[in-house]
Amino acid sequence: MLYREAGQFKASYAEDSQIFPIRQDKIGFWVLMLVFGLAVPLLANQYWLKAILIPVLIFSLAAIGLNILTGYAGQLSLGSAAFMAVGAFAAYNFILRIEGMPFLVALVLAGVTAALVGILFGLPSLRIKGFYLAVATLAAQFFIVWALVKFPWFSNNSSSGVVTAQDVTILGYTFATPEAKYILTFLIVAFMALLAKNMVRSSTGRAWMAVRDMDVAAQVIGFRLMRTKLLAFAVSSFYCGVAGALYAYTYIGTVEPEGFNLDLSFKILFMIIIGGVGSIMGSFLGAAFIVLLPIFLDNFIPMIFGDALGAGFVSNFQLIVFGGLIIFFLIVEPHGLARLWQIAKEKLRLWPFPH
Amino acid sequence: MARQIGDVIVDLQNISLRFGGVKALTDISFNVREHEIRSIIGPNGAGKSSMLNVINGVYHPQEGQIFFKGALRKKMEPHEAAEQGIARTFQNIALFKGMTVLDNIMTGRNLKMKCNFLQHALYWGAAQKEEIAHRIKVEEVIEFLEIQDIRKTPVGRLPYGLQKRVELARALAAEPHILLLDEPMAGMNVEEKQDMCRFILDVNDHYGTTIVLIEHDMGVVMDISDRVVVLDYGKKIGDGEPDEVKNNPEVIKAYLGTAH
Ligand SMILES: Nc1ncnc2c1ncn2[C@@H]1O[C@H](COP(=O)(O)OP(=O)(O)OP(=O)(O)O)[C@@H](O)[C@H]1O
Ligand SMILES: [Mg+2]
Repeated sequence: MLYREAGQFKASYAEDSQIFPIRQDKIGFWVLMLVFGLAVPLLANQYWLKAILIPVLIFSLAAIGLNILTGYAGQLSLGSAAFMAVGAFAAYNFILRIEGMPFLVALVLAGVTAALVGILFGLPSLRIKGFYLAVATLAAQFFIVWALVKFPWFSNNSSSGVVTAQDVTILGYTFATPEAKYILTFLIVAFMALLAKNMVRSSTGRAWMAVRDMDVAAQVIGFRLMRTKLLAFAVSSFYCGVAGALYAYTYIGTVEPEGFNLDLSFKILFMIIIGGVGSIMGSFLGAAFIVLLPIFLDNFIPMIFGDALGAGFVSNFQLIVFGGLIIFFLIVEPHGLARLWQIAKEKLRLWPFPH
Repeated sequence: MARQIGDVIVDLQNISLRFGGVKALTDISFNVREHEIRSIIGPNGAGKSSMLNVINGVYHPQEGQIFFKGALRKKMEPHEAAEQGIARTFQNIALFKGMTVLDNIMTGRNLKMKCNFLQHALYWGAAQKEEIAHRIKVEEVIEFLEIQDIRKTPVGRLPYGLQKRVELARALAAEPHILLLDEPMAGMNVEEKQDMCRFILDVNDHYGTTIVLIEHDMGVVMDISDRVVVLDYGKKIGDGEPDEVKNNPEVIKAYLGTAH
C-alpha cells in the first residue's frame, strides 16, 4: 500500500483537524490498536506480558505525564517518579481505608491526589525557570520519598514502607492473570493517551506551548501564566499518579517508596528525550525503547561475543549505549524517534520522486 | 476619509519609567483617539518600545497615570490589557516557534474560547464545535493577510517578512480594539513594506481598529499616520499631525536631521 495523500481532500475543518488526517495513518493506527488490544493478549506469553508489555504501557503513561509538563509546557521536572509514588500510595490508602472503594474510582482519586501535590510543588515555577526549577522538582523527589518512609501511616505501619497492592476487582471480576492485567492497563493507557492528545491539540495545549515558547508573548495575548503552568503541573502529575498506581497494581504488586527514586525519574526523562519531547506518540516510542533496549542487549551481546565478556561488561555496555543515545538525540534530533518517524513518512510521501 | 476619528481612548499623563538608573521615559503625556493611526517615532533607544510596553501592562511606570476609555487604569497585567482588547506585535518577533502558523494564529483567539481543559480532553462535542467556530474566524484572517499556503508550516521555517505577517495575523485574530505595532516593517524589502502598509490601512479602515505604530521609515509614517509623537532620550519633543511634526525645529534637530 502506498503512503500517499493525493486525492484525499479535506472538505471541512473538522476533517482537517483530525488526529490522523491521512487515511493510511488512521488505518495503521487501528491495526495497531487491534494488534495490541486483541492479538497480543491472546498470543503473547506471560513473560512478554509481565516483563515487557505491561511496563511499556505504564511507563508510556508516565512519559506522557512528563511530556505534558516538560515537552508541551516547557517546565523541566526531575520529580516524575515521586508523583508516581504519590499515586501508588494514594491508591493503596483509598482502597485500604474506604470500605468498598471501587478500583477505578481509587485510580482517579490517586491521580487527583498526585495532581494536588503536583500543584503544590509547581508553585516555585511561578518564580523560577529552567535549571533552578529542575532543582526545585528534585527537592520534591527527595521530600516525597522521604515523607512516605518517614510516616508509617502511608504504608499502614509496614516496615520501611513496603506495601502490597490489593486485588484489582472491577464489578466483581478480579484481574488476576497477566492477560487480564494487560488488557486493563491497555484500556486505561489508551484512553488516557487519547485524552492527552485531545488536550494538546486544543486551546489548553496551545496555552502550554505558548508559555513554553515565549512567555511574555503568551501573556500579552491573554494567557494567564500562573493558571497555565499550574494546570500543566496538575495534569502532568495526574498522569504520573495514575501510572504509579498501575505500576503497583498491574505491574509489580509490591512497592516501596525507595522504588520510586531519582533513577526512575531520570529513566522517564530519557524516555521523552529519546521518544520525542512534545509528542504523545513519542512517549510510547521512548518507553518501549528504554524497556526493550536492556533486554535486547542482554540477549544480543552474549549471542555475538559468547560468555567471554562476563555479566559485568554487559551491564556497563548498557550504560554506555544509553549515554551515547541520549547525547545523540539531544544534539542531533531533540524531537526524538517521533521526529525521525515523521521525516521517514515525509520522504515516503514524496518517494520515488524526491522533488 | 471615510472613517471618523473618535474620542480619546488611551490617555497617558506624566508617565515616567526607570530601569535602575536608566530613565527610559521621562514625564511623557500623550493620547490616542479611537480609530486613528497614531505613530511613535524617535531615534534608537528613545523609549518607543517602552511606551508600548507601558500601554499594555508589560512595564509599570513609576510615575504617571493612564486613563483607558475615560477611567483611571490601575496597575494592569498584560493579560488584563488583552482582555480589554489591546493586542500587539513585537519588535523582535515573538511567535511561538514550536507551533505551526495556524496554531500561532489560533492562540490569538484564546480569550474568546470558553471551554475548559476537561472539555478539551473529551474533545468531541463542545470543544470541537468551539474549535471549528474559531478556526473559521482564523481562516478569515489568514485569507485577509494572504498566507493560505503556509498555514501548516512551523513558523520557525518561515522567512523574516512572513513571520512578521503571521505575528500580525495572531494579533488580528483577537479582533482587538487597539493594535500596537512595534516596527512591523523593519527589515522588509520595498514590496513587503507596501503589503504591510496596505494591511495596516485596511485593518484601520474596515474594522476601525485603533493603531499605535512604531516605525523608522519616515516616508511610511508621514504617509499613513493621523498624528505622530516624537520621543528622544525618553522625552517627548514633538506631537501633532505629520506636517506639523515635520516642520518642528526640535524634531528636525534631534531626529529628521540625522541620517535615518
Ligand atoms: N527591560 C529593560 N531593562 C532595562 N532597560 C531597559 C529595558 N527596556 C528598555 N530599557 C532601556 O530603556 C531605554 C529605551 O528603550 P526602548 O527599547 O524603549 O527604546 P526604543 O525607542 O524602542 O529603541 P529602538 O528603536 O532601538 O527599538 C533604553 O535605554 C533601553 O536600554
Ligand atoms: Mg524599540
